[in-house]
Amino acid sequence: MSIGHYLVLSGVLFSIGAAGVFLRRNLITLLLSVEIMLNAVNLAFVAFGRQQGTVDGQIITFFVMTVAAAEAAVGLALVIGLFRHRESLNPEAFTSLKW
Amino acid sequence: MFAGTAVLGSLLVVTQKNPVYSVLALIASFFGLSGLYVLLEAPFVAVVQIIIYAGAIMVLFLFTVMLLNVPREDAAEWDRAHPLYRPMAVRIGGALAVLLALELGWALSRTAGLGGGVGDEHPAVSSVAELGRVLFTDYMFAFEVTSILILVAMVGAVILAKKRED
Repeated sequence: MSIGHYLVLSGVLFSIGAAGVFLRRNLITLLLSVEIMLNAVNLAFVAFGRQQGTVDGQIITFFVMTVAAAEAAVGLALVIGLFRHRESLNPEAFTSLKW
Repeated sequence: MFAGTAVLGSLLVVTQKNPVYSVLALIASFFGLSGLYVLLEAPFVAVVQIIIYAGAIMVLFLFTVMLLNVPREDAAEWDRAHPLYRPMAVRIGGALAVLLALELGWALSRTAGLGGGVGDEHPAVSSVAELGRVLFTDYMFAFEVTSILILVAMVGAVILAKKRED
């Protein structure tokens, strides 16, 4: 396995996640797609770190995981709050701030 | 094989209508990624990936999905329409996603020096002791800031999810 393979896989995963964010109409699936994108970046970090022979890539991966956990917690709390308001998970339902 | 698991799982996440199946597919995808981390000689990251992602974060997601109890996406009218008749925003979104994929592929194909084994030039540094030493010396500040971030996220989540008193 060369670094190119890992980068291609990372790019494919990132594209899948981005497509999910752009195309899906469900707040939970949007958050899951963001997690896919974060994981794709993690894979690239670890692969680069392995190629350079340092632990920096793995450490940055830990920080990304922490941020992902915080993001998931706050995001899900927001989703629950929004759902209580509108009884819907469709982002189209939350356009009252739209001009 | 691990890569196939990861890609297949992610595709299922995006295409699945039921959020519960999406979450389960994402867990499968994370296990595939974790196998790749083992191949990259980063066993600690692989273990943390399973414990934190597949364990903690996905349980949080699953819990929310079950709590909200919305088995299906409440699809708008256009969601059942033919793809070509959907509104402009959806078409632009799809075009952007395809464009991003093309862009990534183009950038990768232009980059030289991607051949050769990933671990040919340097020996692997995979010991947890070394990881901890670097984390608590070079990355000390980032580590502390992360702890504040988690505290803020925790307080924020509690306040957001709390019922309004008024």
